[in-house]
Amino acid sequence: MVTTTPLEAELLELAGSVPDPELPVLTLRELGVVRAVHARGADSVEVELTPTYTGCPAVEAMSLDIERVLREHGVREVTVRTVLAPAWSTDDITDEGRRKLREFGIAPPRVRSASGPVRVELGPTRTHAPGTHGTPGEEELDPVRCPHCGSAETELLSRFSSTACKALRRCLACREPFDHFKEL
Amino acid sequence: MTTTPAKDTALTTAALALGDDALVLSHRLGEWAGHAPVLEEEVALANIALDLLGQARVLLSMVGDEDELAYLREERAFRNLQLVEQPNGDFAHTIARQLYFSTYQHLLHTELAAGDGPFAPLAAKAVKEVAYHRDHAEQWTLRLGDGTDESHTRMQRAVDALWRHTGEMFQPVEGLDADWTGLETAWLERITEVLRRATLTVPEGPRTGAWTAGAGRQGLHTEPFGRMLAEMQHLHRSHPGATW
Repeated sequence: MVTTTPLEAELLELAGSVPDPELPVLTLRELGVVRAVHARGADSVEVELTPTYTGCPAVEAMSLDIERVLREHGVREVTVRTVLAPAWSTDDITDEGRRKLREFGIAPPRVRSASGPVRVELGPTRTHAPGTHGTPGEEELDPVRCPHCGSAETELLSRFSSTACKALRRCLACREPFDHFKEL
Repeated sequence: MTTTPAKDTALTTAALALGDDALVLSHRLGEWAGHAPVLEEEVALANIALDLLGQARVLLSMVGDEDELAYLREERAFRNLQLVEQPNGDFAHTIARQLYFSTYQHLLHTELAAGDGPFAPLAAKAVKEVAYHRDHAEQWTLRLGDGTDESHTRMQRAVDALWRHTGEMFQPVEGLDADWTGLETAWLERITEVLRRATLTVPEGPRTGAWTAGAGRQGLHTEPFGRMLAEMQHLHRSHPGATW
């Protein structure tokens, strides 16, 4: 079993306090992307970072921010290593992270219970048809709620929004468009 | 200059096959930027391209320098399927290519993710991303196939035109531990079901054979690929080492 020293725990806390470059309301810890910090000697550490999406362009900015914060804390040598396994999931976002997303106007991802085979609904042929949610395996999940008014009556406008991790939706009750952090 | 991978191992063969598929399709999808029919599709295709580019970077970095492999190899050194290098055509052609490839990629990565080979970590991530790509392609196939007369005609033309490039996907790749026959059966079932629901006819022509397409894995490519590579590699070759 790998043990974490008090120093490593402290540095992990620090690395995790870095804000996400694209969603600065969230910290990297709340996003669930900082996996571990290993001390490699007196003042050298290695940080394990996992990307949300394989092609996420924010990984470089995250690495630089982590390096800067740890260096300011007196660590001379910081190496940020990208790890893929186990694959990041939106279930890794903390409850606090979900709450902050909602306050920020982004519908948080819903928690998926089992990782069974992904089912795709082939029925609707219009994206605004009722029941089209744009999430594979959709029917096992609760409806996406509007982050502004809380209504469960929302429709999909586009499966991909300003970033790959979000879909664009519109609330049918208050008519506001909003981003939905897609389940992954 | 041609950069040859240092070791011609099974790992290299497999990583180049998967990585080149992702890289080349990513570039083709990127060509839609500024040309997609609606803004939402512009963003969707660019996001799918970005996912694929991320996968390509991981895969190519497993066996060499990603920039050298992407920008300095000659056409014959690329190991991608001929399907992914086909020009975008009209929107229906792009959707048909997405439907065929994302269905294949989802099945293959699901199998690789379940194993314990060197590609399992990437495959486990990619399969979740590709589920959205496949959903996007299937929904559009339904809308266009079961849409207007014009969209139906174009979608049928697209699935017919690309059909001859689909047999190549199931030629075994050295270094990839997969049940290729099982993959092909599952792929055909899924595609048949989607096309049927989209009121489209499953193409009847051969999917592979002596005269048909299918030697991308051996480095033989179709005519449009050279021009795509020229555009993709031009900047890097003209300004070696340039950064911003």
